[in-house]
Amino acid sequence: MDEATLVEWRVKPGDRVERGDIVAAIETSKGVIDIESFDSGIVDALLIEPGVKIPVGTALARIRSDAPGTPAHSTPPAAPAPAPPAPATPPSPAGAAGREGRVRASPAARRHAAELGVDLARLHGTGPHGVITIEDVARAAPPARSTAPPPDMRATIAAAMTRAKREIPHYYLATGVDLHKATLWLAEYNRERPVTGRVLMGLLFVRAVAKALTGFADFNGFYKDGAFVPGPGIHVGVAVALRGGGLVAPALHDADGNTLDAQRPAFQDLVTRARSGHLRASEMADATITVTSLGERGVDTVFPVIHPPQVAIVGFGRVAQKPVVTADGGIAAHPVVQVSLAADHRVSDGHRGGLFLAAIERWLQTPEQL
Amino acid sequence: MGARCRADARCVYALGTGVNDSAIQTTYREALRSALREAMRADPRVFLMGEDVGRYGGSYAVSLGLLEEFGPERIRDTPLSESAFTGAGIGAALGGMRPIVEIMTVNFSLLALDQILNNAATIRHMSGGQFSVPLVIRMATGAGRQLAAQHSHSLENWYAHIPGLRVVAPATLADARGMLPTALACPDPVVMFEHATLYNLEGALPADSGAVDIERAAIRRSGKDVTLVTYGGSLPKTLAAADALAADGIDCEVIDLRSLRPIDDATIIASVARTRRIVVVDEGWRSGSLAGEIVTRVVEQAFYDLDAAPARVCSEEVPIPYAKHLEEAALPQPAKIVAAVHAVMNRG
Amino acid sequence: MSKDMGDAAPAGSDRARALQLVHGMLRIRRFEEKCAELYGALKIRGFLHLYVGEEAIAVGLMRVLTPEDAVVATYREHGHALARGIPMTAIMAEMYGKASGCSHGRGGSMHLFDATARFYGGNAIVAGGLPLATGLALADMLQQRARVTACVFGEGAVAEGEFHESMNLAALWKLPVLFLCENNLYAMGTALERSEAQTELHQKAAGYGMPGSVVDGMDVLAVEDAARRAVTAIRSGSGPQLLEVRTYRFRAHSMFDPERYRDKAEVEAWKKKGGPLTRFIARAKHERWLDEPDIEGLERTVAEEIQAAIDFAEASEWEPVAELTRDVYTPWEPA
Repeated sequence: MDEATLVEWRVKPGDRVERGDIVAAIETSKGVIDIESFDSGIVDALLIEPGVKIPVGTALARIRSDAPGTPAHSTPPAAPAPAPPAPATPPSPAGAAGREGRVRASPAARRHAAELGVDLARLHGTGPHGVITIEDVARAAPPARSTAPPPDMRATIAAAMTRAKREIPHYYLATGVDLHKATLWLAEYNRERPVTGRVLMGLLFVRAVAKALTGFADFNGFYKDGAFVPGPGIHVGVAVALRGGGLVAPALHDADGNTLDAQRPAFQDLVTRARSGHLRASEMADATITVTSLGERGVDTVFPVIHPPQVAIVGFGRVAQKPVVTADGGIAAHPVVQVSLAADHRVSDGHRGGLFLAAIERWLQTPEQL
Repeated sequence: MGARCRADARCVYALGTGVNDSAIQTTYREALRSALREAMRADPRVFLMGEDVGRYGGSYAVSLGLLEEFGPERIRDTPLSESAFTGAGIGAALGGMRPIVEIMTVNFSLLALDQILNNAATIRHMSGGQFSVPLVIRMATGAGRQLAAQHSHSLENWYAHIPGLRVVAPATLADARGMLPTALACPDPVVMFEHATLYNLEGALPADSGAVDIERAAIRRSGKDVTLVTYGGSLPKTLAAADALAADGIDCEVIDLRSLRPIDDATIIASVARTRRIVVVDEGWRSGSLAGEIVTRVVEQAFYDLDAAPARVCSEEVPIPYAKHLEEAALPQPAKIVAAVHAVMNRG
Repeated sequence: MSKDMGDAAPAGSDRARALQLVHGMLRIRRFEEKCAELYGALKIRGFLHLYVGEEAIAVGLMRVLTPEDAVVATYREHGHALARGIPMTAIMAEMYGKASGCSHGRGGSMHLFDATARFYGGNAIVAGGLPLATGLALADMLQQRARVTACVFGEGAVAEGEFHESMNLAALWKLPVLFLCENNLYAMGTALERSEAQTELHQKAAGYGMPGSVVDGMDVLAVEDAARRAVTAIRSGSGPQLLEVRTYRFRAHSMFDPERYRDKAEVEAWKKKGGPLTRFIARAKHERWLDEPDIEGLERTVAEEIQAAIDFAEASEWEPVAELTRDVYTPWEPA
């Protein structure tokens, strides 16, 4: 990506921003991405108008540090990602704004807009009296509704995957993992929790991979300029298929740390924002490994393709009841998942890969430690 | 009202055989009558009393022929004393009987309102649960027959307001046939509203049609675009409107409340969660109406599912006039329902 | 049910009967005097309508009813409830609004109910009880039970449509119901002659082809005799009767009544003439049925019963608020 379009400002001059605050949204080939500030201070000036296409690296705004004696900074621009420029889509006028400037939207539209992160002020209402309906919101959320991914996203994926297959010598390993214990433990864990507070098996998979990586640094990082560079942390890219097609794999930062309880909301939030096109630039760029789960699509085993410059990707297939020989020699039906690994042979070998898969399995057999 | 009722009665002779054979073609009136007959045969504690229920055969000919079968003790003509005979029904219920009180129309029920509200509805609570009142009060309701202001009320909401009562409104043959036995089995007072324009409703009824519940709403037509909630005499109009709207490509779900107290919130809310739009059709006047109650419940329980402001089609706020064109203009009609649906869909 | 009911005339002896009559009236009088005191102490709230001066009617009437008969009373019904045999403890607890009250705290002073005593309220809409009594009698007739329903109401009810509708319906169907009108001359504050064109209320019965009679409500023996004559006839299947009992309310209509509508002198004159208790005690002493120690003994018995009722009410629990909506509907699972 070398160009992007500024969609909107979320701050105005004089506002105080903290490091990490969302200050703007830009449209890239990957969809709309939130821009966060890396400095704290007072917004001194907005340097770019919404709707303007800008090269990567352009300063967007000036932030005046409110620490005494420090000069003004400029916020860095949009996220780095190799992609063609996105077409500029200027925001439409607030067609549904009421006389007082208040947006007129149905309760259902408001709820759906909040779920998708859609800004109602940008929409044109088609309901009675020009009210924004849930249909209007759905139309305004391309990832959720369009039947195909944006052509530029397709191109991005094509470029990355072509590069992967051209440059990376993949090797593949797979093993079946008995999820009997994990399933029981998860049911117990979720029993007293409200629906919104429940942990899904998918998060256990991500945690198991992240925990296993602590002993397998050679699967966590990047292959750059002919050499392996270990990742700065364990940031697991979670592949999220978008409803309209295409996929993104934003990073769950430090996925090995914290507790399951603490990580659950971050995980949910990440998936929700991925689907609504509200990812942060940093999340789009800094995953050190990817986990992809296609079990919901009915797939038994995934043969994944590494996302360069990463060096490994772990796939999870469908959780299905399979006959298992139990400890006492009997046969029982247990939930089993096929865990597969694609790794970069330039960095690791099948022997290491096998040990890494075994470590993932061990973690899945001790779910209480996740 | 006499002339009109006589006409209805002739209608019965023409249509109904009154014979309990396997024929399933019947009318709303006959379905009510067969429910009455069966209840009287099944339980000697059941008796019917009201104005002209015996020799006259019922003002709407519902009880026609029952006097001959059950005699004047059990098909009991009363003086024009709504308060006394309704109160006597309450007393008889307390005394171990299972009375069915027929109040000729809701318009006259106001003369018995003291008994219904202050005695029937309160005695169980006021006595600390010592006495229940197993009484069924039937009455005709509604407009649409050019009977003018004093004979055209729809006051179901007055009764549905009262804790201690159950209120039902059969709108189909199956409910006309099946609500009475359940109401009689109920240990508390049940007020049953029969819309006067429904008595001649014809249709097929399964030969084994029997008791039905008296607390759940029914989806009379499934649809995905808008929920139409109605009851009683407005159901046929609402279904007609839904047919017309289907031709416009608008797919209406039609809910028949059946029970006006308790109101089956769950069915309504689940439907609105699917369609996101609601129009309530209610022959009562808009102010303080059941339609207002339904809308309030939807707003309370399904606010964030709504994609359009709820709408109501009610009677105009005017005493119901005599002249045909004025009466029609005062009441909910299919065309008004269609217009209301178009408005919430932002169509037309 | 207490021993006060069921052992109606003929009494074993004049003395035994006199003891029962004085005891019955004294219980009501002293109970209500205590209620007025408890009202001032804020133990009893809401409306409180006292029956002082009218006790002979409840006591005389209840002596002629059997346990199978039914009673429908008004909001001035403490006397009827006590004389009918509802335990004083349960009545006092109801006055307090306690869960152990005869209506579980849901009714209060105006709505005393008791299924065991077939006591159907405590009806606080004037004349509202008449159709109810008519229906209870209808149920008895339809089930061929030789029961009588006694419906007590004040003379104010005579002006209501429900009085006329019920009298007509009961007479038309020859129902076994006694309409007993307690004519205390005031419908709240409206004097009889200011509300009725025909103040000889018993004569209204003629309009319905029903026997009507009148009796002095200050004479408990006369009330009992008149009630017995009427109830015996009704029980024999001859249809309803209207019995007008002339009495006087010595106290205000309710605790909120400043009594602007009648002269203090009028009340004093009635008191001087003597209420039913004074008159009967005087007669009983004169006839040597009773002597002063008998009266003192009854006073002590009654005082002890009232104290026990207060202790019971004080010690009783309040209904938990969680139970608020209980008994609106009868638990029921449709088949």
